[in-house]
Amino acid sequence: MTVSILHRMTGVAMSVGLVVLAWWLGSLSLGGDQYDTFVGLMSSLPGRLLLLGWSFAFFLHLANGIRHLAWDLGHGFERQQADASAWLVLLLAVVCTAVFWYLL
Amino acid sequence: MHRRILVPALSSATGHFIAQRVSAVVLAVLGVWLVCSLIGMDSFEHGSMRAFAATPLNSGLLALLSVSMAYHSYLGVEVVIDDYVHLPRLNSMAQLLSRAAHLVLALVALHATYQLGFGT
Repeated sequence: MTVSILHRMTGVAMSVGLVVLAWWLGSLSLGGDQYDTFVGLMSSLPGRLLLLGWSFAFFLHLANGIRHLAWDLGHGFERQQADASAWLVLLLAVVCTAVFWYLL
Repeated sequence: MHRRILVPALSSATGHFIAQRVSAVVLAVLGVWLVCSLIGMDSFEHGSMRAFAATPLNSGLLALLSVSMAYHSYLGVEVVIDDYVHLPRLNSMAQLLSRAAHLVLALVALHATYQLGFGT
């Protein structure tokens, strides 16, 4: 149940992140100065925290989205399995976020 | 009701369900692709990032990613608005605003990826 509300929250967070994706691509196409302004803002502490949040949102929404697709196909809907996969989703989201920033 | 205006073929609940799942699968694949691409980059400076985004394949994938994300986000926000905004007029206004915002963001991203891949 908690993961269900997290799915919605991370989804809405990434809807806001869509603005940043469009801004990133737009500034990249406009030229070096605009792009550097974008990178400068995203490299600041608030910018980094936002990026950290969006990366976590991405991995959680992805992992839980796969869980939902498995349910659609009729897998894992038993109470016990659903509880276990909820924990797996949370764990995967944290681990993937950590690995992503370590490798970046 | 508002769905019929923008996406006539997907006005039913089943259409909504399928569209959300199809865009989800596309986003899962392209999202992982972007994450792996970012990890594989030596630098995030303008030159190297532009070189990445300027190949026809990558600019095409970035365009597909942006449009799928805008569409998937639009479908998700639509449900969220319906769940929390119950006053009919306010609901319609919120849906209109969301539709316009998603459309503009998709167009901005499409234009940018086109410029990156095929612009001068």
